[in-house]
Amino acid sequence: MFDLDLWREIFQSINKNRTRSLLSGFTVAFAILLFTILFGIANGLNNTFAEAFGTDATNSIVIFPGRTSKAHKGLQAGRRIQFKNEDYDYLLDEFGDKVQYITSKVHRNVNASYKNKKNNYQVRAVHPEYMFIENTQIKDGRYINQNDLNNNVKVAVIGKVVEDDLFLKTNPIGKYINLNGIQYKIVGVFTDDEGYNEENVIYTPLTTAQKLYGNNDYIDLMHLTFNPKLNYNQAISFGNNITKKMKDRFSVARSDQRAIRVQNMAEGTKAVGQMTFGLNVIILVIGFGTLIAGVVGISNIMIFIVKERTKEIGIRKALGASPRSIVSIILIESIIITAIAGYFGLLIGMGVLELVGPSLKTYFIKDPGVSTSLVIGATITLILAGAIAGYLPAKKASRIKPIVALRND
Amino acid sequence: MLKINQLHKSYPIGDSSLHVLKGIDLKVEEGEMVAIMGSSGSGKSTLLNIIGMLDEADSGDYILDGLPIKDLTEKKAAVYRNKFLGFIFQSFNLINYKNALENVALPLYYQGMKRKERQEKALFHLEKVGLADWAQHLPKELSGGQNQRVAIARALAANPKLLLADEPTGALDTKTSHEIMAFIQQLNDEGKTILMVTHEEDIASMCKRVVRLRDGVIMEDKKVEQVRAEQYV
Repeated sequence: MFDLDLWREIFQSINKNRTRSLLSGFTVAFAILLFTILFGIANGLNNTFAEAFGTDATNSIVIFPGRTSKAHKGLQAGRRIQFKNEDYDYLLDEFGDKVQYITSKVHRNVNASYKNKKNNYQVRAVHPEYMFIENTQIKDGRYINQNDLNNNVKVAVIGKVVEDDLFLKTNPIGKYINLNGIQYKIVGVFTDDEGYNEENVIYTPLTTAQKLYGNNDYIDLMHLTFNPKLNYNQAISFGNNITKKMKDRFSVARSDQRAIRVQNMAEGTKAVGQMTFGLNVIILVIGFGTLIAGVVGISNIMIFIVKERTKEIGIRKALGASPRSIVSIILIESIIITAIAGYFGLLIGMGVLELVGPSLKTYFIKDPGVSTSLVIGATITLILAGAIAGYLPAKKASRIKPIVALRND
Repeated sequence: MLKINQLHKSYPIGDSSLHVLKGIDLKVEEGEMVAIMGSSGSGKSTLLNIIGMLDEADSGDYILDGLPIKDLTEKKAAVYRNKFLGFIFQSFNLINYKNALENVALPLYYQGMKRKERQEKALFHLEKVGLADWAQHLPKELSGGQNQRVAIARALAANPKLLLADEPTGALDTKTSHEIMAFIQQLNDEGKTILMVTHEEDIASMCKRVVRLRDGVIMEDKKVEQVRAEQYV
């Protein structure tokens, strides 16, 4: 039931007691403002963090060959280790159940040209699964596929930067790009969240490169991701296992750190995970802290308001106000003030974040912001807290004998 | 109109209790104008508050207009107060952020009357106390006498059976006191039953009956020759 008169009474009370209304409103607005800003900054820190570690798979393991630094089994130090396709097959055979994606890689820097435009780029000759390891997004066309590898097809997938450099506004798909004098048909264009350095790249099928660059089956390095179901310890021991098996396979001393290097992201991932967790705990503490401060503030103000209005309550009761009407007039007033003030706090907080956000980048805070639903949730929490905090003293005030209330000066 | 039988009331003070009313018997007929007198601590205000349902008696009967007032719920007491009683206080007790008209209209609001009707009625009563031109003024913009007249208008607004006045002239100077008393007498002339607490003899002498309390019992209850207040105005 909508009681217009009740609302009139309430708005008159809010309007005529401006200091009181502003004061309680200020507390709420300030709590929400702090909440928004602190939460936003914490989120910004988190964003910086997430960005620093890119969008590459966090479960990847890279295996590099090097030169032996120790003599072993009658072989001299300084021997060069060369991976071949059979090593790739070996890894798959040995660890197939723990591997999610795996690719071999051959790198070359090439002079690329299309018509009269030229530039230098890195070519990465890979297996199709590399797309998932690098988290490459195909913008147009397609990625390298198994068919390309089987038939040593001369196709290329170019990064967006390459497209912009060489093709300007024309569509590169189906065109032929010249890489060190060999024509490759462009079948796809990709983007990468990591930006320029990852989009400044051309992918070709592994076998094509092997055939063209030396007619052999050499591999520069192998890159795999482990099954994400592996926990941290399993992932670490998986990495160690690979190191061990590969060293044995190439007759390298177990203690030789240079011959074969295995870079396991799991080692870093744990640190990142702990840091992110710590950050989230801090965010939660900040959030709850400001909310609790706000709740305490509102509770105090509500108690003060009821105290201040005791005489008015006495008058109203003497004139025939029921206890319920006393409670509702106080409660609704507090809810309206909290809601409006909370909304302003939210607006100001978001405005502040919007304004100073970009300039905070130097302090490792990127895109500070909070989800609207979160702040609205916080505001509703404060409103509820205000209502509960107001209800008890209001209830008490409504029970007070009018004569006692009237005596209150 | 009003019948009180063996009314007792005591207030706890620390461990002991103060026996304020020690068996009051009082009967007030319709149209009477009664002054309740006594020194401070005699229990006169307590008696008025119990009659006004602002306070509750410990024991004894209180029948108002044939209705026994006992064990009232808060809600019921609120309804009775609104319906039967009009209050005039020493300190006016107007709501400071409401203007004269809104203050007068407040008991009508609690009666559930429509806004327009409420305002018309409130204005009518303000006119009656001669303050129609001051309807939009806040209590702080009015003099003490004017405020008390607003309070009287408010007490009259709900058309109560009984007007209760607690030292209505206590905060006013003599001249204004007489104006207010003249007005209250006029209301009584029109038939309103009035019960008033005062400790001023000249104010009591303007009533038709004086009840003297001492130490919680009625010492004296006599009809007096009413002194008209108009002659001093």
